[in-house]
Amino acid sequence: MPAAPETELQPRLVLRGITKRYPAVVANDNVDLEVRPGEIHAVLGENGAGKSTLMKIIYGVTKPDAGTVLWEGQPIEVSSPAEARRLGIGMVFQHFSLFETLTVAENISLALDERIAPDRLATLIREVSENYGLPIDPKRLVHSMSVGERQRVEIVRCLLQKPKLLIMDEPTSVLTPQAVLKLFETLRRLAAEGCSILYISHKLDEIQALCDTATVLRGGRVVGSASPKQETAESLARLMIGSDLPECHLQPRAPGERRLAVERLSLRTLDPFGVSLREVSLHVCSGEIVGIAGVSGNGQKELLSALSGETLSDPAAIQLRGQPVGQLDPARRRRLGLGFVPEERLGRGAVPALDLADNALLTGSDHGMVRRGFIRRAVVRSFSRSVIERFKVKCRSEQAAASSLSGGNLQKFIVGRETMLDPQVIVVAQPTWGVDIGASMLIRQALVDLRDQGVAVLVVSEELDELFMICDRIAVIAEGRLSPAVPTGQTSVEQVGAWMSGLFESQALQPAGATAHARA
Amino acid sequence: MNLEYLVPILASTVGAATPLVIAASGELIVERSGVLNLGVEGMMLAGAIAAFAIGSQTGSLTLGFAAGAAAGMVMALLFGFLTLTLQANQVATGLALTLFGVGLSAFVGRDFVGQVVDGLKGISVPVLSDVPLVGPLLFRFDPLVYGSVALLIGMQWFLNRTRGGLLIRAVGESPASAHAIGYSVIGIRYLAVLFGGAMSGLAGAYLSLAITPMWVEGMTAGRGWIALALVVFATWKPWRVMLGAYLFGGVTILQLYAQGFGVRVPSEFLSMLPYLATILVLVLICRDPRTILLNQPAALGKRYHPDA
Amino acid sequence: MLELEPRQEPSRAMAYASPLLAVVLTLASGFVLFSMLGKDPVQAFYVFFVKPVQTYYGVGELLLKATPLILCATGLALGFRANVWNIGAEGQLILGALAGGGIGLYFDQVESAWLLPLMLFGGAVGGMAWAAIPAFLRTRFHTSEILVSLMLVYVAQLLLSWLVHGPWRDPAGYNFPQSPAFHAAAVVPLLMQGVRTNLAFILALLLAALAWVFAEKAFAGFRFKVSGLAPAAASYAGFSEKRNVWLALLISGATAGLAGVAEVAGPIGQLQPSISPGYGFAAIIVAFVGRLHPLGVVLASLLMSLLYIGGETAQMQMQLPAAVTGLFQGMLLFYLLGADLFINFRLKWVPKHRAAVPAAVAVTEGEAA
Repeated sequence: MPAAPETELQPRLVLRGITKRYPAVVANDNVDLEVRPGEIHAVLGENGAGKSTLMKIIYGVTKPDAGTVLWEGQPIEVSSPAEARRLGIGMVFQHFSLFETLTVAENISLALDERIAPDRLATLIREVSENYGLPIDPKRLVHSMSVGERQRVEIVRCLLQKPKLLIMDEPTSVLTPQAVLKLFETLRRLAAEGCSILYISHKLDEIQALCDTATVLRGGRVVGSASPKQETAESLARLMIGSDLPECHLQPRAPGERRLAVERLSLRTLDPFGVSLREVSLHVCSGEIVGIAGVSGNGQKELLSALSGETLSDPAAIQLRGQPVGQLDPARRRRLGLGFVPEERLGRGAVPALDLADNALLTGSDHGMVRRGFIRRAVVRSFSRSVIERFKVKCRSEQAAASSLSGGNLQKFIVGRETMLDPQVIVVAQPTWGVDIGASMLIRQALVDLRDQGVAVLVVSEELDELFMICDRIAVIAEGRLSPAVPTGQTSVEQVGAWMSGLFESQALQPAGATAHARA
Repeated sequence: MNLEYLVPILASTVGAATPLVIAASGELIVERSGVLNLGVEGMMLAGAIAAFAIGSQTGSLTLGFAAGAAAGMVMALLFGFLTLTLQANQVATGLALTLFGVGLSAFVGRDFVGQVVDGLKGISVPVLSDVPLVGPLLFRFDPLVYGSVALLIGMQWFLNRTRGGLLIRAVGESPASAHAIGYSVIGIRYLAVLFGGAMSGLAGAYLSLAITPMWVEGMTAGRGWIALALVVFATWKPWRVMLGAYLFGGVTILQLYAQGFGVRVPSEFLSMLPYLATILVLVLICRDPRTILLNQPAALGKRYHPDA
Repeated sequence: MLELEPRQEPSRAMAYASPLLAVVLTLASGFVLFSMLGKDPVQAFYVFFVKPVQTYYGVGELLLKATPLILCATGLALGFRANVWNIGAEGQLILGALAGGGIGLYFDQVESAWLLPLMLFGGAVGGMAWAAIPAFLRTRFHTSEILVSLMLVYVAQLLLSWLVHGPWRDPAGYNFPQSPAFHAAAVVPLLMQGVRTNLAFILALLLAALAWVFAEKAFAGFRFKVSGLAPAAASYAGFSEKRNVWLALLISGATAGLAGVAEVAGPIGQLQPSISPGYGFAAIIVAFVGRLHPLGVVLASLLMSLLYIGGETAQMQMQLPAAVTGLFQGMLLFYLLGADLFINFRLKWVPKHRAAVPAAVAVTEGEAA
């Protein structure tokens, strides 16, 4: 190419003064950013810092209120993702944009702007995917694939367009640690071929391992840039959150009696795209936190709904304080002392359109809020006010609609509600998913406090760091099976990571071939 | 029963099934795009009266059918504007469309009550139509009967083999994904809804211009709702719409013939059969929730707003 | 350029204002419609909306026609709150009329004060039984209560038609398809002299008040609301979907059945092939226009009743087509659904030049300079 030397000097993408306001928040405030060809550039920031909005603006999904985008020196307006793809921008979404009932090839063809005959497309997909070490079968239906495989589809979909800039939005949250390393190899190779990569993450170790430069966002603004390889995790964290990373301390403590026991729980899922549980066994004692790690889509959802009572099972397969509860509905289990924080906050853990007081009543009806079938508003209100106060929930008042709260504040409210209903056992799914660090620490501390008061706590999370921080014991779920729970001190991220791909079975329930496939 | 009766029974079964085929295939496309339009009955009524009015005024059946389809589309546009642009609840809006269609058609049709037109006739395919048995059974129908069969075959091909069909399926399954990769969810759904309206209008026109060539208030008699049930029965697959519609056509015609033959059951009970059959069929299909979960478009009936 | 912007919280003010806006828009459309029909719109409005209620008798008629609407819509509104879409109130109304009316016909010699309460009770049970069918099929076989309840309307109409043409036909009725008239003890007493409004209106108001207590004060009403707004949250909280579906359908079936028996044992006085001008369907509109709130339902019923009566008056006095009423009903619901947008969104004026392109151009020019 004649213009090559010039392009080398010129940044591929420049953002100047990008601003995007939403009714409740300024997501991006005068953001500047530069990405050079072949550079792996991290956009670092905690949840809610505005990273995703910025990427959506670059990819043409969202329009900025102000600011300029320069692409290879030219001012452009990216009006749509199709436009972005024409320019050579590809994006792998955090929440995949795939269609479950369609095949890989159909999914890919939808995102391609040129029409390619199905046969040729299939060949092309095979070539590209194998070439980059991301093997996928173009004829498979997406719903039959694991989350990691789905991500490959997303990446291959971008690679087919020969992108000059690839945006990866929190790509590793769905991967095992081993798969993360493989992904990094692929990304480094792409960068070596001249593709720029924008890597969005809040995980400091990953950014240090992979990225050449980092732009740090906080509260929608650029607060600095750094060379991650020359920084320490502590210094990066300080940039990211503006203070030292808070820590959570777990005092050693002897666990008490068994409060929650799951014995050989097997469940065939009704959901055609779900995962069936196979012989899951687990127990949680008073005064301990047990964590369940695993890549999402391996049966967490099914296990959680079996524990909460939204799905019924064999009576004896689940025991709460010694009583078989497999056939009891969620309200009855709650009466036996079960607290539950679901993964989805809006729509499940809370009713978006109702105010916080009503949302307290949602699970608190057995705690004096209802008498003879009638609601006692005063009790409901004072309870919700105390939750708001104790968990520092930022809101107008207890009359604010749940939908008006930020993710972190709503999660604080839900965790607070479940905590203050005096549970004997509490099950918490993704406690800090999408929550900023301040709120995360408050929630984690609340769980630790519960443990110290003798509550049995079960945490299901995709964040290994979090589990290692607060758990007494850790188990791993993979393909609907659960590993034994081992004391946190006696395991390591590597071992848990290996288990996440299903390698924990000593009884060899699974043929070796299938295991190898899961690892691939 | 001997052949002498069987042939006319089968032939009229096809006639009775045709409006169901047309309306249900329209709604099928709408639902595959993720939109639930419960206003089929209303759009059919609008189509029926528009077709009859234009058909009887101009004397042209073609114009009549075109007017029927156009009226259905106008109604569908109203539905689309409310549910797609203004984000109104699809169930409530669909009901409103039906109630409005009942009122509107009665209003427009007040001057046409009692009039008749020269209805749509069968075309006799030369030579073939004279073949005994096969002739009257296959080659003496009106063009819309053949058209409805072609429509279903075309839809099967469209949904599974074309990019347009792929887009409809994609939007019906995950509008957020479709939006993220750059498709206009609302735009695609508008097209589907308009197609559904045209088909419902056409089905209504078939009632007032072919089956009983006159205008009677509320003449659809629940066929729009049966078409909705048919889409469920068909588990959102075009070829099964055909099966279901002909089954229903059969039930409708059989009870008419049974009344004619003086079966010793009050005629009211025979007239209940199509409605009871609809309920029965729904029970049979929905009994296993997996059938629905596997086949129903995932986003069916859910609001979608690109910014939310 | 006007743009829609999601509100942070649903606007309560708009929730109340939107039915009023819908009424105003419907009236405006009526104005245009009347003009197009070649009538003086002001006079038509007067005849349609004012004249019918100028007399004592007229007001009585207004309340009389509002009665079945209040009854049906109160029940429906409770169900709609829980996302239980009973649209077959018309059928349940007919079954109520058949059950209650059947009791009246069976005891046509009995002059007891217990007969009427028994008939009303029978009517409610009849409506409930008819609504129990979609409830059973939905909870047991996952069928859509929308389609099943609607299909049962046609079945109910045919059942009624068979009874009045056959077994229950008045032998002394000159072969007209109608039952014998109910005797005095089997008729709902009038509220006062000179009007046709009967005790059922008071009953309807009482039930609406009861519904308000249920919806706003009782925990069961809260469970309904949660199921309607967020089904996943309801099952998380352990609110049984089956219980909600059963309760919602039984309640709305009972009130519709009561409306049915109150009609035949009231203004109609006997069973005949047509006993309702579509009250069961109009009640769907009433429920929405009344914001699914019992007080709102009462007000919306009065409005809808006025539409019915006004339509009749206008037909008689101005030769306006009777179908105008149905047209108004449909329009009202459309406008309401449209206006409801502003509960969750607000209009924002966005100056056109704000878009990203001109900004980009400005910067490049700056660089060039």
